Amino acid sequence: MMNIFLLAITAVLIENFVFVKFLGICPFIGVSKKISTAVGMGIAVIFTMTVSSALTWPVHYFLLQPFDLSYFDTIAFILIIAAVVQLVEMYLRKCIPSLYSALGIYLPLITTNCAVLGISLLNVTKGYNFIESVLYGFFSGVGFLLAIVLLSLVRERIKFADIPTPFRGVPIVLIAAAILSIAFMGFQGLKLPF
Amino acid sequence: MANGYGKIFKDGVFFNNPTFVQLLGLCPTLAVTTSVFNGIGMGLSVTFVLIFSNLFISLLRKFIPQNIRIAAYVVIIAGFVTVVDLVIKAFFPELSSSLGLFIPLIVVNCVILARAESFASKNPPFPSVVDGLANGIGVTLALTVISAIREFTGNGTLLGFPVTPETFSPAVIMILPSGGFLVLGFVIAAVQFVQRKRRADR
Repeated sequence: MMNIFLLAITAVLIENFVFVKFLGICPFIGVSKKISTAVGMGIAVIFTMTVSSALTWPVHYFLLQPFDLSYFDTIAFILIIAAVVQLVEMYLRKCIPSLYSALGIYLPLITTNCAVLGISLLNVTKGYNFIESVLYGFFSGVGFLLAIVLLSLVRERIKFADIPTPFRGVPIVLIAAAILSIAFMGFQGLKLPF
Repeated sequence: MANGYGKIFKDGVFFNNPTFVQLLGLCPTLAVTTSVFNGIGMGLSVTFVLIFSNLFISLLRKFIPQNIRIAAYVVIIAGFVTVVDLVIKAFFPELSSSLGLFIPLIVVNCVILARAESFASKNPPFPSVVDGLANGIGVTLALTVISAIREFTGNGTLLGFPVTPETFSPAVIMILPSGGFLVLGFVIAAVQFVQRKRRADR
């Protein structure tokens, strides 16, 4: 039980996927303009990361590794992820059409969100077992949600600020992200026993 | 026709630079640019994948069904990324350990998919190769610039050689994650400043 707690703290705060590992930056910058879309994107990413961790783990350990084919990991994983994203897309179009249109082009692009492929590959390199992989996927997704919501809160305020023209748009967002990232460095000081 | 290739080339490297202007593929841009060596290594790997994925997608563009084209592109790209991954592991183990996860993640680098979708799927093989090369050089250029700034300010070295006097104390924050966001923010601001100037001059 304690281990799950530690895994959660590590994945969400200490090794936050966006601020520390630099995974999933494109949607982080792209869909953080409004809080509502940011939350929707975050939840879609949590779902995709959890499901794809759960699906890629058995594929690696039961299908590829027994035949010494682990160098096919990348190709096999990306196909699974593409299928999962397609599923999420169909579900959202049917059940939450408003969110579907708000996410727009970024929804199919979850396929190319490096956080999702990253989690599948990390689960293999870290040698996690099935339960740990799924939890790691879920909590890393939560870390992504936290990061993108924090940034969207900042961005809703930046809109009203008087910013020098060359810095308008993406540059000021990156600088805000830099400051958020400095705040997250504080968590590195947490020494966890593992 | 020579003029056409010149335009493809200039667009890819400067005016439509994938990193600075189109803002694609930011994850590796931020993650691996802690030293110039890593930046160039990453840039060259991306260039290699871009050239070959563009070539093969262009050759196969009439055979790939419209509905599953993205999946088909991703498989082609993943194939070449696996080649790069294995080659780097075999010949440059040092680079492989410092780039780590970000080599297989070239698969999901948006630059490559964007070129496949917007150029290689509509053009014949040779221009596609030129386009891949040009965009690859653009990415390499961007990564080199950012990593040079970060390595210089954060470590006081360039390509591993110390270039600052000993009294200079490097700002370690620049090679930490937050420095990446900061440098990229300022560099893009500079690019936007130049773009506005060019537009105003015209």
